[in-house]
Amino acid sequence: MADSGGTDEHDKKDDVERSKSEGKELTKEEKQRLRKEKKQQKKHKEKKDDKASQESGKENKSASSAAAAPQLPTQTVKAPSAVPAPAPVFVPASSEAPASADKPTKTKAELKAERRARQEAERASKQGKKGDPGQQAASGKLKAPPSELQPVVKRLPEHIQVDNPEVLKKLAKKLERQQIPLRSDYGYKVSLFSHLHQYSRKAPLTQQLSIPSTVIHPAVVRLGLQYSQGIVAGSNARSVALLHAFKQVIRDYTTPPNEELSRDLVNKLKPYISFLNQCRPLSASMGNAIKFVKKEISNIPTQCKEEEAKSKILNCIEWYINDKIILAAKAIAASAIEKISDEDVILVYGCSSLVNHILFEAFEKRRKFRVIVVDSRPRLEGREALRRLVQRGISCTYVLISAVSYILPEVSKVFLGAHALLANGYVMSRVGTSQIALVAKAFNVPVLVCCETYKFCERVQTDSFVSNELDDPDDLIVTRKGKTHLENWQEVPSLGLLNLVYDVTPPDFVDLVITELGMIPCTSVPVVLRVKNVDQ
Amino acid sequence: MELQAVLMAAGGGSRMTDLIYNTPKPLLPVGNKPLMWYPLNLLERVGFEEVIVITTKEVQKMMSSDPKMKLDVKMKLDVVCIQEDGDMGTADALRHIQQKIKSDVLVVSCDLITDVALHEVVDLFRAHNATLAMLMSKAHEFTETVPGQKGKKKTAEQRDFVGVDPSGKRLLFMANEADLEDGLSIRKSIIKKHPRMHIKTGLVDAHLYCLKKEVVDFLAENKSISSIRGELVPYLVRKQFSKTANRQKMKDESEDQTQKKNDDSTNQELLIASRDESLLQLAQERSCWNDHHGDMSEAYHGGKLRCYVHILDQGLCYRVNTLAAYIEANRLAPKLFEEPAVHPSAVISEKCQMGSDSMIGALCQIADKTSIKRSTIGNSTTVKEKVKVTNSIVMHGVTIEEG
Repeated sequence: MADSGGTDEHDKKDDVERSKSEGKELTKEEKQRLRKEKKQQKKHKEKKDDKASQESGKENKSASSAAAAPQLPTQTVKAPSAVPAPAPVFVPASSEAPASADKPTKTKAELKAERRARQEAERASKQGKKGDPGQQAASGKLKAPPSELQPVVKRLPEHIQVDNPEVLKKLAKKLERQQIPLRSDYGYKVSLFSHLHQYSRKAPLTQQLSIPSTVIHPAVVRLGLQYSQGIVAGSNARSVALLHAFKQVIRDYTTPPNEELSRDLVNKLKPYISFLNQCRPLSASMGNAIKFVKKEISNIPTQCKEEEAKSKILNCIEWYINDKIILAAKAIAASAIEKISDEDVILVYGCSSLVNHILFEAFEKRRKFRVIVVDSRPRLEGREALRRLVQRGISCTYVLISAVSYILPEVSKVFLGAHALLANGYVMSRVGTSQIALVAKAFNVPVLVCCETYKFCERVQTDSFVSNELDDPDDLIVTRKGKTHLENWQEVPSLGLLNLVYDVTPPDFVDLVITELGMIPCTSVPVVLRVKNVDQ
Repeated sequence: MELQAVLMAAGGGSRMTDLIYNTPKPLLPVGNKPLMWYPLNLLERVGFEEVIVITTKEVQKMMSSDPKMKLDVKMKLDVVCIQEDGDMGTADALRHIQQKIKSDVLVVSCDLITDVALHEVVDLFRAHNATLAMLMSKAHEFTETVPGQKGKKKTAEQRDFVGVDPSGKRLLFMANEADLEDGLSIRKSIIKKHPRMHIKTGLVDAHLYCLKKEVVDFLAENKSISSIRGELVPYLVRKQFSKTANRQKMKDESEDQTQKKNDDSTNQELLIASRDESLLQLAQERSCWNDHHGDMSEAYHGGKLRCYVHILDQGLCYRVNTLAAYIEANRLAPKLFEEPAVHPSAVISEKCQMGSDSMIGALCQIADKTSIKRSTIGNSTTVKEKVKVTNSIVMHGVTIEEG
């Protein structure tokens, strides 16, 4: 407390100096603000909260850009105190803006300025009530990290903010607007993961939908059901099924009068995507596919006739599937086969469609190898991989993940599939993959990850906690000889069941990533992303 | 449009001839509402906006004059009349309206009273891309004694044998005891694919079916099938495991799909061909899901025809086609809705004793010194003094004199 008092006095002295220096900077800020207001008026960004955060963010941007770099930390502490100061300057700034900006938005800018002034006044009064010193330090500390990060970090996605009631309210409002029912969370969530959704398979979203679904296209309802029941699982399968459903939607679509296909169709797809997200959180591959489809639709020229436009979009979707999934698999198989030599013992985990494809191709090319399939509960996907491999005639061994360190001495290579490749080189895959990579590293066994480029995503994650998916906890319950010990797990207050779906493997454990662009090290993922963005 | 609802209201009510004397079965009052109202209400609650009603001209006339039907049913009813005397089975009726069917159908019988969550049945239909999804319920023993019947008649010859897989959802076998002469015989192919089968006999068929559009087209081609329950459903269940169906699936993908209709084999017509079949195949191949474990075949054993059943454990499900069922339904149907037992427009004098199990209809006049226990009194009935009504169902417009 003494320390904070000391710094606050220092802060107050600096305050006076700062405001003097900022007097000069404000003119530059004013101009920048004018420009930004014009942009905002054109874009119609109405939310107050965003405005306030953007104000402080811009404040820091403009302040830090104008002032010298070492002043940055103290400047950010000044953010709350600096904000009330230029508030009176806002009004003349914004009143100037309408004079030079568009005439019709004049009143809007004034209203905004008034709202802003009111906000700052409220904030100042709150600070006065709570006691300036403590508030300054606390808000300074709170503001410092987010305001520093604000220029870098965009809004947090809502699906990892489930324990924030405001975010939930926003989500509920959005879904209500789109006429999609809200799926409620189920059961007790382990505290570390309480920021994620946890749904029960026994309460499907279709319970709240009308049966001949009119709001949502029946193909999308079917797809959502298949996702939530796990009938379509695996990122490739999900993307293909999603694109198939979109094709049906586009076929059945008719442009309403006075609307443009390029804009209206994208708006039609938004509620479907929210619905699918409610059934099961979207995967990175699905996200990229959706971005592609939306881009294609919005690039349709306006004078295009409806039939022509629709067939164009359908062809694009066909091309995407063919190029990014089917041909990519072939290319990856071709390069991966070079890495498989005779007398190899290959370890695979779970059921990855791409790794299975590689092994089938290698077997066709008469390579002699055997496979060890590692499996884990509760999904037991390895059984399916085992079935497919044995059906082709490949000799396999099947173990559970708890035995992985016992069989690793026999293994010569590990092939892993990926759900997504993150921008910092981390591999996001089925839970248990990082474990296998770790043990393989300890035994000096090379780990090869196979992943198509359409699964590369721009997210950055270093741990499996921040963004993950929680599956139905009842899947963990086992009934043996008619006895279910965990039947009433909800009644035990200190018991929580956790069924994670994904985990994240650091790039140090991965030796090579095989993509259709070639074999690259894990750290080259951002380069690939950059090249892809440039291409598009 | 995803599903079209069809209500079969042309049934004769062959097992309750006494009641059918005056009013046709769909309009029999149950809890003071016509029997037809219950399935229509179920469809309306779930979200259907139009229903195709197949009925006779007589019923149609009575329907239009019945105020209950007009006021409470907000859906659009498309009434199709068929000949009353004709031996039209339910499948024949479907064939009759084949032109109106543009998507998958949900067939309901007019005598079904249930509070099932319909989405359970329809979800099976959607998620597994099934050809048939139906509803069955565990039969409840009827507690009421039926007047005129001594003891409980065992309906032993009417037993249905239903075989389901261990998950309880996939329908593997269905036969009525009347069709089985020597004993229950199950094909080896079924046992090979599904080594564990649960055979149940105590199930009541609710006569609620979700059928794919291709089945209706198939019915149009095959005029020999006349009843959904008796012939079509066992046929579809058998065809799931027919060898030709599975083999021809391979040929089908290379053949032109427009040749379907011209082909002689009936199996071809039942095979579902959607556009982009190859994409669906691709998705299924890449998906790491299988509906069974322990053998080397892919999901659904590669079969395209799948039949599913949802078995209701708890909840109300009655088919009102016998006298006992009718009485039972009258007792329990009012509990489905939160309507007051006594209709507000009924005039009941103060000295009347009424039990809580009873229901009084609209515009009734109950005089003094009457006692009504566990009964249902219809609309516009007059009950005079000193009358005891116990355990009865009084129809509309009846006058019970003194004493």
